[in-house]
Amino acid sequence: MRHAALVLLAATALAGCAASGRPQPASAPVADAAPAIDRDPYPGTYHAPAAERVALVGATVLTATGEEIANGTVLMEGGKIAAVGASLAVPDGYRTVDARGKWVTPGVIDAHSHLGAWAQPESVDAHNDVNEMTDPNTAQVWVEHSVWPQDPGFDAAREAGVTAMMILPGSGNLFGGRSVTLKNVPSVTMQGMKFPGAPYGLKIACGENPKRVYGGKGRSPATRMGNVAGYRKAWIDAQDYARRRDKWEAAGRTGEAPKRDLQLETLAGVLKGEILVQNHCYRADEMANMIDISREFGFKIRTFHHANEAYKIAPLLAKEDICVATWANWWGYKMEVYDAIEENAALVHAAGGCAIIHSDDPVVIQRLNQEAAAALSAAWRAGIRISKADAIRWFTANPAKALGIADRVGTLEPGKNADVVLWSHDPFSIYARAEKVWIDGGIVFDRADARYRRHSDFLLGQPGETP
Amino acid sequence: MTRRFAALAALLLATPASAETIAIVDARLMTMTGTGEVERGTIVIRDGRIAALGADVAVPSDARIIDGRGGVVTPGFIQTDSTLGAVEVSQVPASADRATHSAAISAGFDISLGLNPDSILLPVSRLAGITHAVTTPLYDDRRGRALQFAGQAAVIDLAQRPQMVTRARAAMVLEMGEGGAERAGGARGSAIVQLRATLADVRHFAAHRAAYDRGEGRPQPLSRVDLEALVPVAQGRMPLIVKVDRASDIREVIALAREEKLRIILDGAEEGWRVADAISAAKVPVILDPLADLPRSFSELGATMENAARLHAAGVTIVIKTGSGVAHRARELRYGAGNAVAWGLPHDAAVAAITVNPARVFGVSDRIGTLETGRAADLVLWNGDPLEPLSQPQALFVEGSEKPLTARPLELRDRYMPSPP
Repeated sequence: MRHAALVLLAATALAGCAASGRPQPASAPVADAAPAIDRDPYPGTYHAPAAERVALVGATVLTATGEEIANGTVLMEGGKIAAVGASLAVPDGYRTVDARGKWVTPGVIDAHSHLGAWAQPESVDAHNDVNEMTDPNTAQVWVEHSVWPQDPGFDAAREAGVTAMMILPGSGNLFGGRSVTLKNVPSVTMQGMKFPGAPYGLKIACGENPKRVYGGKGRSPATRMGNVAGYRKAWIDAQDYARRRDKWEAAGRTGEAPKRDLQLETLAGVLKGEILVQNHCYRADEMANMIDISREFGFKIRTFHHANEAYKIAPLLAKEDICVATWANWWGYKMEVYDAIEENAALVHAAGGCAIIHSDDPVVIQRLNQEAAAALSAAWRAGIRISKADAIRWFTANPAKALGIADRVGTLEPGKNADVVLWSHDPFSIYARAEKVWIDGGIVFDRADARYRRHSDFLLGQPGETP
Repeated sequence: MTRRFAALAALLLATPASAETIAIVDARLMTMTGTGEVERGTIVIRDGRIAALGADVAVPSDARIIDGRGGVVTPGFIQTDSTLGAVEVSQVPASADRATHSAAISAGFDISLGLNPDSILLPVSRLAGITHAVTTPLYDDRRGRALQFAGQAAVIDLAQRPQMVTRARAAMVLEMGEGGAERAGGARGSAIVQLRATLADVRHFAAHRAAYDRGEGRPQPLSRVDLEALVPVAQGRMPLIVKVDRASDIREVIALAREEKLRIILDGAEEGWRVADAISAAKVPVILDPLADLPRSFSELGATMENAARLHAAGVTIVIKTGSGVAHRARELRYGAGNAVAWGLPHDAAVAAITVNPARVFGVSDRIGTLETGRAADLVLWNGDPLEPLSQPQALFVEGSEKPLTARPLELRDRYMPSPP
């Protein structure tokens, strides 16, 4: 039952984008004009952990650019990847980590999480802040305002190599609200985890969940055609709102300013390409409908989440450059996932598309590498040739693309942020555990050192393994 | 095309318990018996039964040979706390027979009746090496948490044949802890008192059936079918699966079982490691999900990935399961066992926890759970370590019958997979 509830609430969020850095409200051109809208009113305060100069030496390195390097060396300096290669000389001043027999990959990125918004202990109603199921359109809510940074799930995910993730509102509504992308660092505030410059997303949900939630209340949508009518009405309103705001801006912000509307502001952000659409959508036919809607109103879908029937339209999704964030093992919990197959990610990948293994779950997020291994194994069973060097992208480089942060993280390349995991074994083995994890070149987890475990205040003084 | 031909060939080979001799050669055999492992061995299967197994077994001249080089043979896996056979689509209630909300049938609910051998979930689970499941009732709390017992579990096979029940009424299911407290009115103390009262009622009923049927017995809150179903539990003949997580709840349940002379099996036991010695001393087996490492409730604050390893080290018989009431995701069973190994459980103990241990705990070890001469072949040939996702089964037998390694999702895959150039 818990599983079913999780699935119901699992929604994709649309990530929207705040501009990189910290956009300041423009100064008003005339004295009595209304101020411009602050597009980053809850600014991030993330500070990178103290960066070391570290050399990981002797590992098998999966760069997530398609390379597997034997006896590889990874150099980190100033929070960035300085060099990656086979048998590199280690310059003076680097702390050397003996990584012989171990594996190194980019930090794991989860494209679909509800950590913090539905925090542990999750059975406690007070901790469920993920799904504002009071109206089919709640584009005005921002999931960051539900995130509790003390969720012990963040610790568990960090100990499994997860360095960044997108937190999404649930899928009970047609428009669930804004997502937020976080760095997985211990923090007392949500702002302290915000990934600098990451775009926002907007979560849209297709299919059974919205029509069940609102049909059950005797409201629209009660059907899939009701879902689509609901999306179209909202986009019409958003186009109108954007036009009025633009007209007022073009006129130098003189005269009466159109009243701000948080809901339409987020939708208008999508139409302007600033906020990325993260669309919970299972069935192939519904994904095709959503692509048509995006064309009708002139926006782009960045990612279909869950998307268990993506394999039925893999060439279309590749052509449209829409990522597919999915699982290997989940299926059958409702009608729209009856046709899920383990090879979904592999068939998207083989068609030239952007395949992602995501979690939507506080347990699965701790083993996205294993979920990817199951997907890779299914590919091999089908005779689809995909290397580990390519499959590693499914939980590193490709989610970075879906989240709009691929210019900074997701691969091990000189100049990228040093988000790195040292694994005890091949990450596609069930026996692999993350041994050390770095974010921006600073160590955030070391299995050998209890100080890096159980940061959550909630666990202090509780039974268990408090150091 | 080659793949489709292979699937077709596999189908043709899938004749049940055929009069055929098969030899799996050159594989590592994990027998799960006192014999232990055979590094490079042969298994001869004649008419569905294991005729011989070992390192120096001659291959009969008429045998169809399955090359197991580099591979591993294990007994078929058993998924415990499952709803396989009792559900098709979780959120389509009409396709599910895994719970009841009838006020008159709680303990009396017998999940072994009305199972579906044609379920498409069964071949999907076989692809993960699972040949049997302990199909276990869930609570249906839609109309308020009222029913004390979920009902009776059954051991089933996944051969997709009409007679799919290996053992009906193998155990009774009761949730205590938080869920039990809620159903008993909101407090643990109430649930424990209620359970003692229920057992007293059942014993009184068993001793006064005739009076009950004349309408002269003392008033009973439980229906007749529930009372009857609980008689073997109260007499210690049927094991009682008790779902419980908090260390203190485990202690209470063990004490109650000792006083009431019940045979119990702990299920969940996420804080079991904190009271491992007490569980071991009471010789109570534990069903657990190795991946349950989060404080999901105030009863699971001590949850850890090391629960399986620590309980095993304390001498507790552990049975590994996937989640709770699992059906579609049953195929993740071997991954859970592998994770337990990554967190300290010996590899052979992890395989035992999904083969011989559940067979013993649920009273079917005379038929399944080990590789032994004379038994119907219930086994899987893997092309590598069976706990690794990158390994896949190469051949599978369910109690004597070789089954094809196909399933509806693979047919979907083949329908949509681009043809090779």
